[in-house]
Amino acid sequence: MADETARLLAIKGNLERRSRMLGSIRRFFSDHGFMEVETPVRLPAPALEAHIDAEPSGEFFLRTSPELHMKRLLAAGYENIFQLGPCFRKGERGDRHHPEYTMLEWYRAGTDYLGILDDTKALLAAAGFPDQPWEIIPVADAFRRHAGWDPTQNFDEARFDLDLVDRVEPALPVDRAVVLIDYPIQAGAFARPKPGAEHLAERWELYLGGLEIANAYSELTDPGEQAARFAAAAAAREHMGKPVYPLDEAFMAALRAGLPPCGGIALGVDRLAMALTGAATLDDVMAFRH
Amino acid sequence: MADYSASDLRKGLKIELEGVPFEITEFQFVKPGKGAAMYKCRIRNMMTGGTQDRTFREVEKIGKPDIMSRELVYTYQSGDHFVFSDPETYEEVEINAEAIGDRKWFLKEEMHVDILFHNGKPIDFDLPVFIEREVIDTEPGFRGDTANNVTKPARLDNDYEVQVPIFINVGDIIRIDTRTGKYADRVSSAGRK
Repeated sequence: MADETARLLAIKGNLERRSRMLGSIRRFFSDHGFMEVETPVRLPAPALEAHIDAEPSGEFFLRTSPELHMKRLLAAGYENIFQLGPCFRKGERGDRHHPEYTMLEWYRAGTDYLGILDDTKALLAAAGFPDQPWEIIPVADAFRRHAGWDPTQNFDEARFDLDLVDRVEPALPVDRAVVLIDYPIQAGAFARPKPGAEHLAERWELYLGGLEIANAYSELTDPGEQAARFAAAAAAREHMGKPVYPLDEAFMAALRAGLPPCGGIALGVDRLAMALTGAATLDDVMAFRH
Repeated sequence: MADYSASDLRKGLKIELEGVPFEITEFQFVKPGKGAAMYKCRIRNMMTGGTQDRTFREVEKIGKPDIMSRELVYTYQSGDHFVFSDPETYEEVEINAEAIGDRKWFLKEEMHVDILFHNGKPIDFDLPVFIEREVIDTEPGFRGDTANNVTKPARLDNDYEVQVPIFINVGDIIRIDTRTGKYADRVSSAGRK
């Protein structure tokens, strides 16, 4: 008990800054015409992605992201929406990972990943980050420079993942905001192919102080392409001996009915608090970890 | 022996890569947003002590080394073998001189030594940090000269040669630091034991 009190008092300043940051985020979206939404935390069909594992919850699963429900709202005509809430990823634990964490997602109809980048710059300024330079680095350039090959030409998933964490991420500047942009289409997840350069996905990732903070897309709106990517993820999971989640038929129906062109982003709030406070681990910005 | 999965990795775990045992000294879970989980490790070669960085992917299988630590008592040297015994079972364990190397100078009868075996072969010896030995030959010292920075050679009762301060005399008991093989301090003077 004495230990817990000492620990909680030591991080109280960080948690106060985190609390003000959350307030600023909500105000920012409210001021910019976004509506806060809440979607289910327990899902029958979590998004099928090769390397994201959902925690079972009874017959359902805890959400790994609110993405598919939020896109159903977009398909129904909700144009500017955001959500702040808990997400869960099984087995992710470390200084920069926790199986239960807070996610901020927002989606905007009629824009693309560059419009979301503008939103992000304005959001960080509103959330208390000092003015800083933004460096936008194409993934192909970062890999050619730091790993000696171009994954957008000859994709090799194992090599891509290893070189990203061993060579590219450690070499990124830490004194500014860094955006890695235009991923190989095979690492595009739910991003649309770049018009005129279909080997690239319109996806970017934000790094602050070398720490990965957010992942943004020009959202994939083509139901045929989306079905093919779900099938590929299901096959990859089967191959790795991981559970294969059922297809989210309601989401697929919404896609077929028509998702407007839109951009969207998932941002790790706990890590954003780390970047804001200069904390070295999640322990310093989360009151309790289990 | 069954392999480890990458998700079993943690600080302190001993693993085997291409027949060489390593200990994980630093460990970090990493997972790019859409990528596979990976485990960034700093690993120490248990045979040479050298360290290196190695990142393991989630799907990798990692060898589990056959490592055993035993506390044994040194008993005697027999030809090119040193003979130890298990203090509980009295089983004798012979270790060849090559594996002992220069540590032979620091073994004393009845000394307890923690020995690490890999596939039954000794790879590491945890000796006491200091051993005491008697000086049996050195130039005479000068009473009152306590300077430590001037040294001279001395031969100890096990024929080990070591540099000692000028004030050390034949018959003195001195301590040797087994990590460096060097003189540490004087325990007692000749005639004043």
